[in-house]
Amino acid sequence: MPEIVTDEVLWAAAATVPDPEMPPLTIADLGILRSVERRGDSVVVTITPTYSGCPAVDMIESGVIDAVVDAGVAVDRIRVERVLAPAWTTDWITDDGRRKLAESGISPPRTLADASGQPGSVSVTLSGRRRQPIGDISCPQCGSKTVTELSRFSSTACKSLYRCESCREPFDHVKEL
Amino acid sequence: MSPLLTYVLRHADDNLIVAQRLGELIASMPDLEEDIAVANVGLDHLGQARHFYDYASELDPDSRDEDQFAMERSEREFLNATLVEQPNGDFAQTQMRQFLLDAYQVPLYEAMTASDDARLAAISAKAVKEARYHLERSSAWVVRLGAGTPVSHEKISQAVEYLWPYAGDLFYADDVEEGLAASGVAVDPATVRPTFDATVADVFASANLSVPDDPYARMGGRTGFHTEHLGHLLPEMQSLYRAHPGATW
Repeated sequence: MPEIVTDEVLWAAAATVPDPEMPPLTIADLGILRSVERRGDSVVVTITPTYSGCPAVDMIESGVIDAVVDAGVAVDRIRVERVLAPAWTTDWITDDGRRKLAESGISPPRTLADASGQPGSVSVTLSGRRRQPIGDISCPQCGSKTVTELSRFSSTACKSLYRCESCREPFDHVKEL
Repeated sequence: MSPLLTYVLRHADDNLIVAQRLGELIASMPDLEEDIAVANVGLDHLGQARHFYDYASELDPDSRDEDQFAMERSEREFLNATLVEQPNGDFAQTQMRQFLLDAYQVPLYEAMTASDDARLAAISAKAVKEARYHLERSSAWVVRLGAGTPVSHEKISQAVEYLWPYAGDLFYADDVEEGLAASGVAVDPATVRPTFDATVADVFASANLSVPDDPYARMGGRTGFHTEHLGHLLPEMQSLYRAHPGATW
C-alpha cells in the first residue's frame, strides 16, 4: 500500500462509516470500531456487534471495506474481524455520539455504575448481578425527567420506547447494556 | 461427534428453535409494542444461535456451516431441550415458555462466562446481557398475568402445568456435560438448577402461582428424542432452503 496511508488515515477512514440503523452516528461514535491495525501487508479492522443478533453487522463490514479502499488500500489487503470479547457496552458510546443521539431525538444511554463502585451501585436482583445506570432518563425534546416507559423494545433491539409526560412526545431511548 | 461439538449444538439449537417459534408470532401479537418485543427477543436468540453455530462449524469434522446445521439436519439430529419447541399456544403459554427459558439461560450463561474455553466464555458474556433483559420482561408478564384477572390467572396456570415437565429437559446431563464440566469447559446443569428454582419461586410468589411439586421431567431433546411439535416446525423453517439449497441473494 502507498506509504502515504498512515495509521491515522486508516483509522479516520474506518471511523467515517455510519451505523446503518442510526446513520447520524459512526461506528467509532458507537464504540463498534475496536481497532485498525497493520499486520504485514494487510490492514485488519476489528469490530464488535452491539447485540448478538445485530442485523447491521454485514452492512457495517462492507462499509468498512469500501472506506478503507477509498483511503488507498487494495481490497485484497483488507480483513474485517469480528470479536465478541470484551462484550460491547453502551459505556463505549463517545461523548460526541451521545450528543448526536440527543440531536436526533434519541435519548442517549446513561452511564453504568462501576461494578466495584459504591455500595448499592450493583443490584442483585432475580436477573442476577447487574450494573445499574446512574441518573434519570430525560426527554430529548424538552428535557423533562417525567417520562414513562411504553415498551422495553423499540425500533431496534438496542432501544426502548418512552413517552415524555410533559411535552407528550414519544421518544426512543438507547437502553443501557 | 465430539463431546464439545455436541455441547455447542445443544445450546445453538435451543436458541434457534425458540427464535423460530417467536418468529411465527411476528405481525400477530396483541399490540404493536409486543410485536416488536417478540421480534427483538427472537433476534437476540437467533444471534446467539449463530455464534454457537459458528463455533460448531470450526469443531465439525465436516465443516458444516451455520445454514447446514440449521437447514440440513432432521428432527433426530436436533439437540434442543423439548421446552423450546412447544407451540406458542396462547399469549400466556408463549410468555411462560420464555420465562422458563430465561430463568435457565441467565445462570447458565453467567456460569459459562467462567469457562476455560475462551470461545464459550465470549459468546456467553455477550448473551448474558441479553438474557437478563429477556428475564426482566418475561417475569413482568408472568406476574401481570398471574396476579391479573381470573381469566389471565387461569391461562397462565394452565401454561405452567403444560410446560413444567418440558422445562425439566433443560437440566438433562449426560457424559457430555459431566465430562466437559470436569475439565472446566461446560456448565453442569445441576449447578444452574438452584438459581432457576429460586427465580421461579420468587416470580411465582408475586404472581400467585404455585410451583408444581411433580418432579417428572420429559427428557430426550438433548439426545434427539423430541415431541411431535418439532416435526412440524422444521419443514416450515427449512422448506425454502431445501427447495433452493445453497442459494444466496
